Amino acid sequence: MKDTLAPYVTPDGRQIGETLMDMRNITLRFGGVEAIKDISFNIQEGEIRAIIGPNGAGKSSMLNVISGFYNPQEGEVWFRGKKRPPMKPYQVARLGIARTFQNIALFQGMSVLDNVMTGRLNHMNAGMLAQAVWRGKAEREEVANRETVEKVIDFLEIQAIRKTPVGRLPYGLKKRVELARALAAEPKLLLLDEPMAGMNVEEKEDMSRFILDVNDEFGTTIALIEHDMGVVMDLSDRVIVMDYGRKIGDGTPDEVRNNQEVIDAYLGVSHD
Amino acid sequence: MSVNTSADIPVSVPALLARNVARHGDKPAYREKEFGIWQSWTWAQAQDEIDAFAMGLITLGADPGDHVAIVGRNRPALYWAMVAAQKAGCIPVPLYQDAAAEEIAYALNHCGARYAIVGDQEQVDKVADVRDQVAELEHVIYLDGRGLRKYDHGDMTSYTEIKKTGGDRAEMERRTAALTYDDTCVMLYTSGTTGRPKGVVLSNRNVIETAKNSSEFDHLLPEDEVLAYLPMAWVGDFIFSIGQAMWTGFCVNCPESEHTMLTDLREIGPTYFFAPPRVFEGQLTSVMIRMEDSGRFKKWLFDHFMAVARRVGPAMLDGETISFGDKVKYALGNAFVYGPLKNTLGLSRIRVGYTAGEAIGPEIFDFYRALGINLKQLYGQTEATVYITQQPDGQVRSDTVGVPSPGVELKIEDSGEVFYRSPGTFVEYYKNPESTASTKDAEGWVATGDAGFIEEGSGHLRIIDRAKDVGKMANGSLFAPKYVENKLKFYPNILEAVVFGAGRDRCTAFINIDLTAVGNWAERNNIAYSSYQELSQHPQVLDTIAEHVAEVNASVAQDEMLAGCQIHRFLVLHKELDADDGEMTRTRKVRRAVVGEKFDDLIAALYGDASEIYTETEVTYEDGRKGKITATLDIRDAVVAPAMKVAAE
Repeated sequence: MKDTLAPYVTPDGRQIGETLMDMRNITLRFGGVEAIKDISFNIQEGEIRAIIGPNGAGKSSMLNVISGFYNPQEGEVWFRGKKRPPMKPYQVARLGIARTFQNIALFQGMSVLDNVMTGRLNHMNAGMLAQAVWRGKAEREEVANRETVEKVIDFLEIQAIRKTPVGRLPYGLKKRVELARALAAEPKLLLLDEPMAGMNVEEKEDMSRFILDVNDEFGTTIALIEHDMGVVMDLSDRVIVMDYGRKIGDGTPDEVRNNQEVIDAYLGVSHD
Repeated sequence: MSVNTSADIPVSVPALLARNVARHGDKPAYREKEFGIWQSWTWAQAQDEIDAFAMGLITLGADPGDHVAIVGRNRPALYWAMVAAQKAGCIPVPLYQDAAAEEIAYALNHCGARYAIVGDQEQVDKVADVRDQVAELEHVIYLDGRGLRKYDHGDMTSYTEIKKTGGDRAEMERRTAALTYDDTCVMLYTSGTTGRPKGVVLSNRNVIETAKNSSEFDHLLPEDEVLAYLPMAWVGDFIFSIGQAMWTGFCVNCPESEHTMLTDLREIGPTYFFAPPRVFEGQLTSVMIRMEDSGRFKKWLFDHFMAVARRVGPAMLDGETISFGDKVKYALGNAFVYGPLKNTLGLSRIRVGYTAGEAIGPEIFDFYRALGINLKQLYGQTEATVYITQQPDGQVRSDTVGVPSPGVELKIEDSGEVFYRSPGTFVEYYKNPESTASTKDAEGWVATGDAGFIEEGSGHLRIIDRAKDVGKMANGSLFAPKYVENKLKFYPNILEAVVFGAGRDRCTAFINIDLTAVGNWAERNNIAYSSYQELSQHPQVLDTIAEHVAEVNASVAQDEMLAGCQIHRFLVLHKELDADDGEMTRTRKVRRAVVGEKFDDLIAALYGDASEIYTETEVTYEDGRKGKITATLDIRDAVVAPAMKVAAE
């Protein structure tokens, strides 16, 4: 099991840095149900880290712990070398963690541009009054934010739908807009909850390319949950496998693929 | 500043550029939408960019006479790269960006390009795929470095870096000054429907004379705006976005991406516009669908004023006198309907619009003319540096392609094939003297491969068909299947038609219905059907098609030369002609010979007396499996109009 802490270089030449996020002995309970049982793992800077597992394994709960939506009963979350106290999701977002959602959570009536602009919320400091009259700092900020947003729009190739209300877009494009909004926040760590769910092969290929490009171009660290094993194995540097709230595997795609416990969890095993 | 004698004419594109900088250096020359904002460059700025890149190319090692391939979507930097190549004494060779890797490899090898300037990762990959097949290619220069960080940069550099390198200005100026009127300006590959693509060599003379003549023909102004969105490898784009832009000094606008063309069109509102018929068709269809969804009052307003427009608009454009009442109605229509509609389409400011490439449906053509858009047709080809004929203002019709362009001579051979000779006539096919000799004779006449005739009275050229498809009927009268097929295909209900009649005493036709249009009609009229085959043989469908055929016959009969091509009997095919079955090419052109052979029983029946025929046809499914479909097809007699002048019998 690979649990590298030292920086290393991937076979395709990307530099993987120090530990960005360290989850130590996390346990999360809902009443009597233990959704996550004593799990530890880390995410290193610049890597693409996948969390896989059968339905109900606790993957989304894990992502929600990272994003601050759930606070675990036991264990510690360390981010960039500091222990993170229990936080609200918006506080976590300010630390530089952005996410997309499994079931798209966009403002349906707003244009793509406005939706992506909302991703810049944490980069707006002007007061309400200044925003209302749109003078001085507010104006400068808006222009700077728009520039960042336009770069993201260009990057994800959604220029043609810039002014289209999100509600009118097909599913695959909505997913891309969600990614755009998360990227607009210029996150240190990007959390993707099933970015390929419900997509056809072509859309999956596009999304995979964007995920790789984001990682490559901006050096963004990415943690993703995905069901499509082919995609996970191709994209990620390291994979965590969960089953019934436990971690049953952690390592490179090849290591995980050959792990007997993982094979059992996925293919089933007779308990005698 | 007057340009009266040829001695005053700048002899190369870089010389034209210098002239534009001197005349109006501060005027916008190029615009491109990036990051949601239109960025613009003046002529002076464009020249600086071009100079810097040209010097960089020389530093890289480009020698005079080298070929430089350019592959990518329309972007100012790629246009500059072409002119920069010329400044460095090289020959730009734009290639189609959607070409397959093998096609790119063929062209690169054929011209022996040492450098390729490409748009983005997609093209870099394409070139990389065939790198080992193209020995002479030394260096790739890319515009957009996204996704290329991990690539081996040993023989690959970004455009910006080449530009920054700089180099020997004196050497560049020496090479630019050495360019003559007869040096090669550009080399363009023809699409090559038959055999390998051929490299058409166009000289500075070809490009500049053509640009001058055509700019003067349409009174193009430095204030004009064009949208550059058609493939850079196509001769038309080279002439519009480089030739005429450089000659006239108008501004070339590049869209943000290939998907934003319609939005960008609306934002720029070009004054000079070119589009193939499918673009106009697409816009019209979307307007009509949206009008169907609008409220009753708006729909009524639209229908009412469009009727006025159809009656009055084209006449107004042609400068005919119009009654006061009609003028008032048209002005009202303009306020309520035409103005807003043109604005939505991005066509408000069009002074000169052209369509060419294939036949445009008369009702589509008339729709735009009715709105007051000066849409015209031209006829041309790569070998002629575009222009062979074009329609002058005020003499525009949907069925002709206009009068010979300035400086163009036309002649029609006995076979009906159109020949031309013009200042734009290409120099040669690169490394292909046989083809050059068989296309261009010693006196400079070039065969177009199209059959046509010059209309008496108006002097306009009318193209009827590809020369090799034109035949004679049994009685010796002219048989032009494509001419009739196009007329049939203008009906939305008819997807495809194949007309037979060569060597026969009368013409017959196979027709494919358009499932979308006919299916839609069936739905609205509560007509149930379970398959394409059933719908195709529905009596009401056959009645509708018969009406269309009768109308086409009536219109064909108007034409004394082609009156013999009226359709006497037809049937509606039980399957769509399909490329998978070899009945069509991948570009959706009917393979006449294959169809004729495969359905010989049906053809025999068309020329017999039977009113129906049972047939079995082998089909290939999308997954490659083969199957058989059987059907009994109705054969209908069509209403034939009396010919104006009966062909010799």
